Amino acid sequence: MVNTKDILETISMIDNENLDIRTVTMGISLLDCIDPDIDKACEKVYKKITTTAKNLVPVCCEIERELGIPIINKRISVTPVALLLGACKNKEPIKFALTLEKAAQTVGVNFIGGYSALVGKGFAAGDKELIESIPEALSKTEHICSSVNIGSTKSGINMDAVALMGKIVKQTAELTKDNNCIGAAKLVVFCNAPEDNPFMAGAFHGVGEADCVINVGVSGPGVVRAALAKKSANLDLTGVSELIKRTAFKITRMGQLVAKEASSRLGVPFGIVDLSLAPTPAVGDSVAHILEEIGLESCGACGTTAALAMLNDAVKKGGVMASSRVGGLSGAFIPVTEDAGMIAAARSGALCIEKLEAMTAVCSVGLDMINIPGDTPPEVISAIIADEAAIGMINSKTTAVRVIPAIGKTVGEELSFGGLLGSGPIMKVNTNSPAKFISRGGQIPAPIQSLKN
Amino acid sequence: MKTVITVVGKDTVGILAKVSGKCAEYNVNIIDVTQSILQGMFCMIMIGDVDKLTSSFGDFALDLEKFGDTIDMKIHVMHEAIFNSMHRI
Repeated sequence: MVNTKDILETISMIDNENLDIRTVTMGISLLDCIDPDIDKACEKVYKKITTTAKNLVPVCCEIERELGIPIINKRISVTPVALLLGACKNKEPIKFALTLEKAAQTVGVNFIGGYSALVGKGFAAGDKELIESIPEALSKTEHICSSVNIGSTKSGINMDAVALMGKIVKQTAELTKDNNCIGAAKLVVFCNAPEDNPFMAGAFHGVGEADCVINVGVSGPGVVRAALAKKSANLDLTGVSELIKRTAFKITRMGQLVAKEASSRLGVPFGIVDLSLAPTPAVGDSVAHILEEIGLESCGACGTTAALAMLNDAVKKGGVMASSRVGGLSGAFIPVTEDAGMIAAARSGALCIEKLEAMTAVCSVGLDMINIPGDTPPEVISAIIADEAAIGMINSKTTAVRVIPAIGKTVGEELSFGGLLGSGPIMKVNTNSPAKFISRGGQIPAPIQSLKN
Repeated sequence: MKTVITVVGKDTVGILAKVSGKCAEYNVNIIDVTQSILQGMFCMIMIGDVDKLTSSFGDFALDLEKFGDTIDMKIHVMHEAIFNSMHRI
């Protein structure tokens, strides 16, 4: 029998500390929908998604109700659409975008990810057409998220794709400038993209995955911060790390339970639990506040990278024992506009892009949800992507860039997206020109650490 | 299947009777009850057997939680699995 203290602790985590399941993401393979006729392919895609994911939302609501734990988002990830487009004679990727949007609305999910291309070592049929359609696709749809993988430790970095993505990010922001440039908030550029990531905007269903799986992403920065606030006053950093581990274990157990329940009720295999600390703009649900609880005056102060490294490692160590299968991005996220503490630190000037870049070397993803001046040239965006990808490539980890060029705005102003995407100040970018470096194109060869065989 | 019902709020007369009366309406058998005063707040935890529930679990939980609002108590109705999963290896 569970004791009273444990029961009240769980309830307090949910009621007061924003503990929730961030997402239950159903990964659906669209490989069996490939057809040379794009209209037929779209028909098959719509049918497959609306049949396979028909019960996703009702079942998640039922689990939410029964277990008493909120499931914030229900999402779908699909096979990178560029793979379907490659086979089509008529390359009109926007048709796929509109089909995915319609399917997402029919099944009632919050997001659908997989409007993606994997071009780490070059462009295959359909890749370029898909990438070039991203700005239009994201401006004409509401639920679609897009990602492009431009490199990996095994393949190096495709600098032609990096150069192209700088322009695409900018165009996406321009086409959605009347709506706070929100298109760019749904587009992420990856190095070492995971194939089983349940989190947006980067979720897609990898080609090595089963036909359909359930992946779960947990949340819980508020719970970790509250545990530190209550119990860490006299602890040294070893003790702090242990406390984070124990808390991460509990958070992840919840994710494992929900994943198992969803998987059995939907009759779909359980994929992975993503051991994540995913913040929201809500007060008390911030990764930056955890770092501050550990002992920094503000996130961004010297010591931030070390504290984040310890936090990230402790989250994984605690979580890995709590779940039978882990994967995805697994680690602490540092999306600036989605984290109340990061927003405050960026506003006060304590946190700059260069510090965030250093932080990405030791945490889960990369430069995430950062508003940059609208007049930032595409080649500077490309160079930001290249820097981030290099960190990922050399350290054999996932890195990503999701920056939002605030068209018509500059440093000192703000962009507000609402909901989970939050809001935040426009951050200063180093504008010394990397134009020649980016225009060279070609491939940064795979690093020596790729030769492991 | 067992459910954990927690009732938290200002201590008044008849809370246990009211909540268990509501459980009886749904044919929920109370197997265990513990109650205490924590930092001046009344706090009761009931373990109920919901195998013979007369409605869906969701409806029962929602109704009881709404009932909590009418008697100024915060009531949570949750499946036992979540506590076992979080606090047991």
